[in-house]
Amino acid sequence: MNDQAYVRFHNIVKKFGTVVANDSIDLDVQRGEILAILGENGSGKSTLMNMLSGIYMPDSGSITIDGKPAVIRSPKDSIKLGIGMIHQHFKLIDRFTGYQNIMTGITSNTLGYKKSVKKITELMDKYELHIDLDKYVYDMSVGEKQTLEIIKVMFRGAEVLILDEPTAVLTPEEITKLFVILRNMRKAGHAIIIITHKLNEVMEISDRVTVLRKGKNVGTLNTNQTNILELTELMVGRPMEPIIRRVECEPGDVYLSVEDVTAYNHEGIKVLDNISFELSSHEIVGVAGVAGSGQRELCEVIAGLYPVKKGSVSCMNQEIVGKTPGEIIKMGVSMSFIPEDRLGMGLVSSMDITDNMLLKTYRDGKGLFINRNPAREMARNIVKKMDIVTPGISTPVSKLSGGNIQKVLLGREIESNPKVLVTAYAVRGLDIGASYTIYDMLNKQKEKGVAVLYIGEDLDTLIQLCDRIIVMFSGKIAGIVDARNATKEQLGLMMTGKVMMYV
Amino acid sequence: MNLTNLQLFLSAAVIAGTPLLFATLGEIITEKAGNLNLGIEGMMLMGAVVGFITAYNQGNPILALIAAFLAGAFGSLIYAFLTVSLRVNHEVSGLALTTFGTGFAGFLGQAYVGKVVPGNVRQAFGNIKIPLLGDIPFIGEILFNKDPMVYLSYIVVIIIGIYLYRTRKGLNLKAIGENPAAADAAGINISLYKYVNILIGGALCGLGGAYLSLIYVPAWQESVVAGRGWIAVALVIFVTWNPYKAIAGAYLFGGLDILGFRLQKFQLNIPQYFLDMLPYAATIIILVIASVKRSKKNLPPQSMGIPYFRENR
Ligand SMILES: Nc1ncnc2c1ncn2[C@@H]1O[C@H](COP(=O)(O)OP(=O)(O)OP(=O)(O)O)[C@@H](O)[C@H]1O
Ligand SMILES: [Mg+2]
Repeated sequence: MNDQAYVRFHNIVKKFGTVVANDSIDLDVQRGEILAILGENGSGKSTLMNMLSGIYMPDSGSITIDGKPAVIRSPKDSIKLGIGMIHQHFKLIDRFTGYQNIMTGITSNTLGYKKSVKKITELMDKYELHIDLDKYVYDMSVGEKQTLEIIKVMFRGAEVLILDEPTAVLTPEEITKLFVILRNMRKAGHAIIIITHKLNEVMEISDRVTVLRKGKNVGTLNTNQTNILELTELMVGRPMEPIIRRVECEPGDVYLSVEDVTAYNHEGIKVLDNISFELSSHEIVGVAGVAGSGQRELCEVIAGLYPVKKGSVSCMNQEIVGKTPGEIIKMGVSMSFIPEDRLGMGLVSSMDITDNMLLKTYRDGKGLFINRNPAREMARNIVKKMDIVTPGISTPVSKLSGGNIQKVLLGREIESNPKVLVTAYAVRGLDIGASYTIYDMLNKQKEKGVAVLYIGEDLDTLIQLCDRIIVMFSGKIAGIVDARNATKEQLGLMMTGKVMMYV
Repeated sequence: MNLTNLQLFLSAAVIAGTPLLFATLGEIITEKAGNLNLGIEGMMLMGAVVGFITAYNQGNPILALIAAFLAGAFGSLIYAFLTVSLRVNHEVSGLALTTFGTGFAGFLGQAYVGKVVPGNVRQAFGNIKIPLLGDIPFIGEILFNKDPMVYLSYIVVIIIGIYLYRTRKGLNLKAIGENPAAADAAGINISLYKYVNILIGGALCGLGGAYLSLIYVPAWQESVVAGRGWIAVALVIFVTWNPYKAIAGAYLFGGLDILGFRLQKFQLNIPQYFLDMLPYAATIIILVIASVKRSKKNLPPQSMGIPYFRENR
């Protein structure tokens, strides 16, 4: 316990039906401090923070702020108490400009447009946050949206800043920038809570770290007195070695062959420029690149969702270009793309796990009526194999924690027994345990003879997991390297277009 | 002053469009709050009957309007309670309200069928020419030599325009319709906003109904609203939730409404049924066009029709 605590949780309990999301949690944070919260998917991190921001009310327990008891019944109460939260899924209005988003819900009617803009600009200068206030949110990049969220919260005079997985969707440069901002705020005396799954970030930015496991606080440590291994063990509940294993296999036949593929987006800009590579059975090929270098388009071309201007893609010597997505799935190509907002792609969030299985496999059914049994079987299987935290297979997907939703999606793709498995950003927002489960599953697929294309962000992972790495730079292939001799520095140079290299 | 045929037609179109305008404005702010209220027809009927009965018995035009206003608000209060507090499906609640309003008007109006609005009330709703504006050639007569309710509708348009585009409260309202979770996190009292706007929306529909029974007809008949509530639902889409465009849209449909009647005297070889069908056919065409041609700025409020509950996800 800490005597200078600014915000303190006492014995907080929160249940959703039978799920105990938070189980008697104590936690505190002081001014001028960055506290990291670490925990597996579904361990109750977002729930706990949502009680400070007024989205949820605790079932029991209390919160004090600056020593005084705080009753937070709504986000409004929370804002009044100087709490600002940047949610895991952004709370921005797409069809508003940045300025309008900042002003939404502001009660003091005294400031006119000019004065407000001036005040916002001063704020942006002070913390070195910069965005175009007149830009619509639907035109903003994820990094800009996040900056906007921070400005919005700071404009309301937040003393306490909560960031729920702010880095899951940011590029490395954006993360560096965010950390500079957070350090500025710490210096200015704010109390900051950051949730993240990336242990190196915890080590880099936080002063203290609290670990949650299955809804309980299992320990708070000073960051400079701990290490990644200890934190992992505390989080998972058993010792775990953070090393990704590469399964050595003899590459087999070529399963997927991409030749001279060129594609344009609807604005007529070239997004894929003469892309050629081959992917063989028993092989994991990684794709590295700065966000927006054509990874998404490449995935969609393979899945038959993006128009190809020139070139060909063939799976086991059968042309894919021109086929419908349904036909391509039947040929044995499976694609899963975890988008930046992590929702909305591939799953119907109001449907339960079983029905989401049916979405992909209903073609196998015969007759008029749906036979749910195989899907149920599959759902149970995936829940078990991937350790999905859920009350049952008939819970709507939207009720699961962010990371668990993703496991459902990936599990389904892998269970469909593909020949070619394309997966993009599979571990976005996943905790270490879950990430390793996924690496293991990919390795198993590789052993079974599946050809895997793994689009990733983390270079260490790519180097450790893959056989070869394709580096993309603004729609082109900047090089294909053997992962066994690749270095991060070399990949970094290629990603920025400074070096081209083929192996 | 000698009015041309066209001028006469346009002048009548404004009058026929005014009840649509009130209803459309009411539905615009309701939908901006994220609530799709399909009960317009019912609320218009409630306003029409209550307004008429008050005028008939009290002989007081102001009182009649206030009563119609409150009747519409009462109808929407039922809807608001169902959709905001109980989070019942919006479409079902709206349809129930229409059924309720129809029954309500039929029941209360039973004794008044065929009765006419008292003379002094009709006089009070007579045309008043606005100085200067009324003298503008051509359009002066069409827009500024009208009954007081038409002028009231202009004022409502301006107020709602300022509300939606110039005030913080309007910004908050739009935020709720777009993304209630974001608005909630920004500290906006969602239920309060929804209630207030749905109630005002309903009250405006009530006024629209009263315009029909007090000025347009001006007598009581059960079929006085005749599907105009449904046309207003489509008009909202047609005018892309914009109160200023609502004026033009409402008058266009007002024009279509009276076109058949006006064309009769030209002895055209078009069946009457076809002409009567015009406004409804146009409604369908509009909905088709609106669904084909969508731009990012003209989309409906994104969360319209979805009940909001903070702890849900
Ligand atoms: N609104 C809700 N309704 C029902 N269950 C919920 C709700 N919110 C959270 N839960 C459940 O509570 C548990 C904790 O969820 P929470 O979102 O807090 O996890 P988390 O630690 O933030 O995970 P992640 O890292 O995946 O974001 C999960 O089992 C989740 O399914
Ligand atoms: Mg979370």
